[in-house]
Amino acid sequence: MPKDGGIGASTKRREDLRFLTGRGKYTDDINLQNQTYAHFVRSDVAHGTINSINASAAEAMPGVARVFTAKDFEGVGGVPCGWQVTDRHGQPMQEPKHPVLAEGKVRHVGDPIAVVVADTLEQAQDAAEKLEIDITELPAVIDMKDALQDGATKVHDDLTSNLCYDWGFVEENRDAVDEAIKGAHHVTTLELKNNRLVANPMEPRVAVGDYDFSTDEHTLYTTSQNPHVIRLLMGAFVLGIPEHKLRVVAPDVGGGFGAKIYHYAEEAFCTFAAKAIGRPVKWTSSRSEAFMSDAHGRDHVTKIELAMDENGKFLALRTDTHANMGAYLSTFAPSIPTWLHGTLMAGNYTTPLIYVNVKAVFTNTVPVDAYRGAGRPEATFQLERVVDKAAREMGIDPVELRRRNFITEFPYATPVAVEYDTGDYHATMDKLLEMSDHAGFEARAAESKANGKLRGFGIAHYIEACGIAPSNLVGQLGARAGLYESATVRVNATGSISVMTGSHSHGQGHETSFAQVVSEMIGIDANQIDIVHGDTSKTPMGMGTYGSRSIAVGGSAMVRATEKIINKAKKIASHLLEASEGDIEFKNGEFTVAGTDKSVAWGDVTLAAYVPHNYPLEEMEPGLEETAFYDPANFTYPSGAYGCEVEVDPETGKVTVLGFSAADDFGNIINPMIVEGQVHGGLAQGIGQAMIENCAYDDQGQLLSGSYMDYAMPRADDLPMFKVDHSSITPCTHNPLGVKGCGEAGAIGSPPALVNAVVDALQRAGHDVTHIDMPLSPDRVWAAMNS
Amino acid sequence: MNKVSMTVNGRTVSADVEGRTLLSSLLRDDLHLTGTHVGCDTSQCGACVVHVDGKAVKACTMLAAEADGADVKTIEGMANADGSLGVIQQAFRDYHGLQCGFCTPGMVMSAAALLEENPKPSEAEVRDYLEGNICRCTGYHNIVKAILAASGQQVEAVAAE
Ligand code: FES
Ligand code: FES
Repeated sequence: MPKDGGIGASTKRREDLRFLTGRGKYTDDINLQNQTYAHFVRSDVAHGTINSINASAAEAMPGVARVFTAKDFEGVGGVPCGWQVTDRHGQPMQEPKHPVLAEGKVRHVGDPIAVVVADTLEQAQDAAEKLEIDITELPAVIDMKDALQDGATKVHDDLTSNLCYDWGFVEENRDAVDEAIKGAHHVTTLELKNNRLVANPMEPRVAVGDYDFSTDEHTLYTTSQNPHVIRLLMGAFVLGIPEHKLRVVAPDVGGGFGAKIYHYAEEAFCTFAAKAIGRPVKWTSSRSEAFMSDAHGRDHVTKIELAMDENGKFLALRTDTHANMGAYLSTFAPSIPTWLHGTLMAGNYTTPLIYVNVKAVFTNTVPVDAYRGAGRPEATFQLERVVDKAAREMGIDPVELRRRNFITEFPYATPVAVEYDTGDYHATMDKLLEMSDHAGFEARAAESKANGKLRGFGIAHYIEACGIAPSNLVGQLGARAGLYESATVRVNATGSISVMTGSHSHGQGHETSFAQVVSEMIGIDANQIDIVHGDTSKTPMGMGTYGSRSIAVGGSAMVRATEKIINKAKKIASHLLEASEGDIEFKNGEFTVAGTDKSVAWGDVTLAAYVPHNYPLEEMEPGLEETAFYDPANFTYPSGAYGCEVEVDPETGKVTVLGFSAADDFGNIINPMIVEGQVHGGLAQGIGQAMIENCAYDDQGQLLSGSYMDYAMPRADDLPMFKVDHSSITPCTHNPLGVKGCGEAGAIGSPPALVNAVVDALQRAGHDVTHIDMPLSPDRVWAAMNS
Repeated sequence: MNKVSMTVNGRTVSADVEGRTLLSSLLRDDLHLTGTHVGCDTSQCGACVVHVDGKAVKACTMLAAEADGADVKTIEGMANADGSLGVIQQAFRDYHGLQCGFCTPGMVMSAAALLEENPKPSEAEVRDYLEGNICRCTGYHNIVKAILAASGQQVEAVAAE
């Protein structure tokens, strides 16, 4: 039994008390004295030349403080991209400027052209109506393959084409993969799309800029997953504000899922404008605005080929993907289809030869970047779909085909540059088959058939690389930042503890789970421990929360800092107990001299550190506060087996998800309740992608799914109860907690399991359907059955 | 500007509002009751649900002027008199029915209205009733469990774990 409030306990969350009583403090709840409101005027065409902007009538409207356009941002940097990808030929990617406000041209619906700042939001909106903006609409490129045609309209006139990069990985394997595919017993080929999605955290983005003339200090309150990263990018590259004059606060944040990682123009705008007009400036995104200004996710078009021998042993894999970048490069965009996608193409299998080609393409659409899973769902989807198709073509059961190819020896170096430290894929597969009552499936299928319905079961395995990431490695791969995490553990005189972490919680419950770790290590009640995050003025440099990295990287930094605390506290205790340091044992908040009954309590030691009347001052400084920076030695590799059971109505093509089971290996678990919640949420997003979500543009670049009227969000009645299990544990070998991370798994493993299930249902009924693109709307399923 | 007055969480309040001011803005901006959230502009997410004269209402869809004279209850009024969590709030905490907390006020208010109408709903009835409340974090699994538990029903029977 885990100790109450310690590692492994399903401790109830402390943050719930404020959220359940309406006392959360989200960015939009912050209102500063004398604040103004910003209203962004955005392009309603996908591509156009801005001929003129006349703001005089708007500026004369009541309450208007000022109207801003690109000319106010001359001399200010563009919104930077944080990752440079090098192409197959050793050339850097094409990297266009991303201005804060559109300069000369608009490049997607939603591109900001001007901002009206006024005393009230209504006044700003009214004045915006009076802005005279003359734009000549230009032809837009929306489809990626069209964008790469010779003579295609260019999104950026100063680039040579719409190709951002043509990436090959591992380039040296290209010919060997071609050869292996040519000579193989059987090659299964599949063409598919990974549909464009919008992350849609329920809290829309908000930014409040403030400037203090007396100290020359800027403060930005923003809905961010990583306030330090925003400070770094905006301060250093956009506005030229040194860190000590720029504070970024991300208070309670209402979900992120990737969309709140990036530095956005609106943040730079509010920070800049607050100084320009001498008053705080607040911007709150509407949901419609979010659809056209939050970075989107996925949007890959892929052809994948899997070569096998006569026993179904995988020999080689080749995949060719077009990845949509949208009109500009968002913060991490170039890394998603490359390093977070190509490196995962081995999946759980021993495929010896792999070649991944990715062409990243500019189009007149909203920028695309990481969305829960980020590259790994795209890798898993194509791999697990092609494996399923291969099983059918080879006449081998899909479970059996996977088992024949599972990696079973660890550490395992894949042919795509990563080394898995631990895993047990047969164990998660066994668990899944048990939880989903796979043995009883045929009987259930017969029952469905008797009711005129088609039942199917689909399986998918996944591996992900989390705990992002070893800095020296990502530096070589083009990252323009380190990806360590930091923590300061401050022990107060009376023994209570404040942990300042660079990780950021926006639903993950760090205030509870991080405290559990320190409580376990020190042996004091978790209520004595506070987790402080989300404010650059309070916490040491941090890289924030994404890529399921919080506990693996941020948690490890906290463990290292706590170890330093314990070491120092032992020294103090040895002084107080007049014993040698080596004889001091520390357990449950008490220091004892081994083999004696002499002891001193935690609180006495901490008090001695701050009231050092009896203290080895000649050997040690007083005080008890330590900082650690933790840079991981490797990624972590959570893995799992997911199974989905569906029923298809042959009359309508409607798919019903009857059950969904997830057997994960997350390594060690700090708080099972929170982990299960993370998986549930990920599953809902993955099922949403597979069943109903789709971000669609027409061929003029108009966003067809620009609100909750036409972008289908999963609702309670779209989803079943889930079965989740995390009892298969192979601890991570290279971080102190043995943890792997759990935030994205659900969204990675679920889409292929669901599509596999629907294809299974149709195949069992004799339909020759090998693939249907997501989302599996009734009309698509019906058309596939009846074509 | 029109003067409106109403009872909010048992307190009489009044404010000057424009004709176009929404109840959600009155609550958030004038009364500083920021527990009521705004998650969309098409009346679909339910983050803003409050009770007006005992009925669940999307506060982003109602004009402040329409609530003149009404009895309004928000998430800030849902705790017990001694400040402890009410039954539904406690169930959300016990069953981990919230993550980022942004949809939570609306979820709790909707759940309270449901249980008022239907004290022992089935799982399907709960899911059906929540049609107007979007949560992006929880996948609803634990919200459904929390509401069933708050209604005094055994949750383990429905929860497929
Ligand atoms: S804010 Fe009222 S329904 Fe979305
Ligand atoms: S808890 Fe985050 S949206 Fe529901």
